[in-house]
Amino acid sequence: MRFVRPETLEEAATLLGQESGVTRIISGGTDVMVQMRSGLVAPDLVVDLKHLTGLRSITPEAGGFRIGAAVSGAQLGEHEGVCALWPGVVEGVQLIGSTQVQGRATMVGNLCNGSPAADAVPGLVAADATVRIMGPNGSRDCPVAEIPAGPGRTTLGKGEFVTSVFLPARPERSGDAYLRFTPRTEMDIAVAAAAVSLTVDAKGVVTAARVALGAVAPTVMLVPEAAAAIIGTTLDDAAQAALAAAASAACNPIDDKRGTIEFRTRVAGVLARRAALIALARAGGQN
Amino acid sequence: MKTIHVSTTVNGDAAEFICGPDESLLDVLRNRLGLTGAKEGCGTGDCGACSVMLDGRLVCSCLVLGAEAEGVTVDTIEGLAEGDHLHPLQQSFIDHAALQCGVCTPGILVAAKALLDRNPDPTETEVRYWLAGNLCRCTGYDKIIHAVMDAAKTMRAA
Repeated sequence: MRFVRPETLEEAATLLGQESGVTRIISGGTDVMVQMRSGLVAPDLVVDLKHLTGLRSITPEAGGFRIGAAVSGAQLGEHEGVCALWPGVVEGVQLIGSTQVQGRATMVGNLCNGSPAADAVPGLVAADATVRIMGPNGSRDCPVAEIPAGPGRTTLGKGEFVTSVFLPARPERSGDAYLRFTPRTEMDIAVAAAAVSLTVDAKGVVTAARVALGAVAPTVMLVPEAAAAIIGTTLDDAAQAALAAAASAACNPIDDKRGTIEFRTRVAGVLARRAALIALARAGGQN
Repeated sequence: MKTIHVSTTVNGDAAEFICGPDESLLDVLRNRLGLTGAKEGCGTGDCGACSVMLDGRLVCSCLVLGAEAEGVTVDTIEGLAEGDHLHPLQQSFIDHAALQCGVCTPGILVAAKALLDRNPDPTETEVRYWLAGNLCRCTGYDKIIHAVMDAAKTMRAA
């Protein structure tokens, strides 16, 4: 195994593109180190990019924020601007692991690790966040929702890596929230999860919404039918029931000791409904 | 496997070491720098026995590569006491008998100091959540939490 700290993103893309063996980027290392130790992956090349300009900074951009790929959960949680604009995204990120893990873990790492149960990802998908990707052919932007390809897999090409996440500006009276179910309160992995981002008008009618589910399909997924169930409503009881039903209908979970298919399907709907109510309260609306 | 030369700062002193590219910071601290306070419990970031501060952030040193220590500051349990003068947290752990086998203790002290440095007056709930990533297999949590709360009180009065 080689460990390299490239001087530029271009150099990193060239290195990763030309390496014939297994490659990994190390930012927080909280997944990569565990996978290396367990023998799940034996990289030939590990690239560290944390020292490069912008990789550890949070920068206001077009009313939103650009967050470097190596920004830790702890650093994100201390940023008042991001916490105020996208509290649901931040609460998802901060549910990952312990205080120690938060000191290093990044949302980009959580995304690129490709877990269907990644706590950072539903919030990002609901937020319609995009990532900036560097690769041998230069830079491109891509919606977060299009990165996961299946458990442990992403759509990133050979030599490509994510350099930042962009959380967009949002209209007045908007809110978001993330909820997950775990048997324990801390140090656990989602059995089912839901993120909701919505905007209401002055009368409290939902004018826009995005609903994303985690741990109930091979990838985190956007559920447009669940969003459609609440757009045009004040999130009254009927709309809440329609939202939960649409979320549950979209589930395609695994059945294992941590949660049965029936349990995950039912709970995903409940979490979507509860997350929507929190998002509504944060948007200043009433149901 | 090509070894890597690393220059870093450990407990305020400049330190240099040579390590393998896949060697963890925990292994470097213990096997190359002789700092055996940080312990390997799980090696997978679950137990917190290897907790150290990396550029002022609490981390599991088993999840950091030794090579990543280049140019950063590392603070370990060995830097907690000032000479023979124990840190109030250490004294409080003795006073409350907040340890049994002691393997988790260095990590808990490092983690607790990180908490009190940013929040001198935490609630019991805050202490319990902050230390959720520090496992004690002797099940001494209650004494540990009380020792931290009491140390915080002592430090606020100082």
